[in-house]
Amino acid sequence: MSKVRVLVGTKKGAFILTSDGKRKNWKVSGPHFAGWEIYHVKGSAVDPNRIYVSQTSGWFGQIIQRSDDGGKTWHQPGTPPGEPTTTPDGMPKGESNKFVYDTSPKTGKPLTTHQWYDGTQHPWEFKRVWHLEPSLSDPEIVYAGVEDAAIFRSTDAGKSWHELAGLRGHDTGSKWAPGAGGMGLHTILLDPKDPKRIYIAISAAGVFRTTDGGKTWQPINRGLKSEYIPDPNAEVGHCVHRIAMHPSRPGVLFMQKHWDVMRSDNFGDSWSEVSGNLPTDFGFPIDVHAHEPETIYVVPIKSDSEHFPPEGKLRVYRSRTGGNEWEPLTKGLPQRDCYVNVLRDAMAVDSLDSCGVYFGTTGGQVYASADAGDSWEPIVRDLPAVLSAEVQTLP
Amino acid sequence: MIRVILPAHLRTLARVSGEVTFEVKGPVTQRAILDALENSYPMLRGTIRDHGTQKRRAFLRFFACGEDLSHELPDAPLPEKIASGVEPYLIIGSIAGG
Repeated sequence: MSKVRVLVGTKKGAFILTSDGKRKNWKVSGPHFAGWEIYHVKGSAVDPNRIYVSQTSGWFGQIIQRSDDGGKTWHQPGTPPGEPTTTPDGMPKGESNKFVYDTSPKTGKPLTTHQWYDGTQHPWEFKRVWHLEPSLSDPEIVYAGVEDAAIFRSTDAGKSWHELAGLRGHDTGSKWAPGAGGMGLHTILLDPKDPKRIYIAISAAGVFRTTDGGKTWQPINRGLKSEYIPDPNAEVGHCVHRIAMHPSRPGVLFMQKHWDVMRSDNFGDSWSEVSGNLPTDFGFPIDVHAHEPETIYVVPIKSDSEHFPPEGKLRVYRSRTGGNEWEPLTKGLPQRDCYVNVLRDAMAVDSLDSCGVYFGTTGGQVYASADAGDSWEPIVRDLPAVLSAEVQTLP
Repeated sequence: MIRVILPAHLRTLARVSGEVTFEVKGPVTQRAILDALENSYPMLRGTIRDHGTQKRRAFLRFFACGEDLSHELPDAPLPEKIASGVEPYLIIGSIAGG
């Protein structure tokens, strides 16, 4: 019988929630890496027992952890204790927690500046890994989206990391700006049909696409309109919160922007708004049903500053028409006095016959629906604030 | 024998409890201690000093023999009590919220 493994990153550690395919009875494992912020936990589609973790701290920086046994044991990929940490010519080895922007003249780009909150220019500084995206075909390859915004790739299962510097090399970097949570590259979508096509999203720069495996990138933000930036229709500078794609249709993208829910039917070349009857079109996550490419989910949130559900009612909204027409999903979710948020990486779907939908809240609840959102139950209620949730469907 | 006391998060990361001890070849300086520490515990690379600049991370402080050495030159000799292991070298996380 199939199993489900929910990988949860929180402000104070990682948790692994497992159940059989009924998704009724859950086991909770954790906290792993207790006390550390776990921005993201994601397993390889090729080797599901290989799981990557972004472990981070304002004090101690960035750590990458990896499990090769489904989360039972963990290690930092890299140099074993006692081995020299430098090469014979004195260069530091590329341990797994080393993320250095590529400034080499051949492959990289001199680190210039990006726009700061006050409009002045500010130097690029590495802070943390927001998102890890394992390759769909090779368990040794994994991508990392980082703050300040850049994309890195590892081809040795997380031991060493190299920036795909063509993204910053697009020369619009001076117009990128941090969102309220920082200037993070938070979404990486890999096209299952074309390994050279990758989409990424940055707060607040927008969406970018490569069609040559990451060498060159172009912004794809036509149709986005953001009243909070000087030119609402600018090429870059939009605060895109999340993008999502159904694997069967890599040319169709859905977006939750700072305001507005959008879709594109042409690989991101242009976008149109599909917010429709949502009570507010602000929110963070967006996801697509595993078997119905036109069924999508969002969690409307009150903003600009409140960042809790409207009327204190936690409601997931589902559209079965690819947007515009939305229905609230409330069964099993608190409908009074609820003031949690659901962050951008904290929603996921499983691929069982009856699609499961999952999301975590800043109040520490992880909710699961085994019927595509019709009804919900909390798997856990009292974790630390949830930063991310991913799901693995296992045989 | 050099004695180093790590903050709790780094003890977890290095999978040690209590002090860590090791030998340092040559003059005992802050750089020599941190190099030797990272050589014994490579998982700590980047958590105490920035990978690129090798400068102390902003929210960490270094102490020894009751003195704050955070702003001292990394190659300055340390007191004999550190070199001989009578006193530990302390790496401390600044306290700022939970």
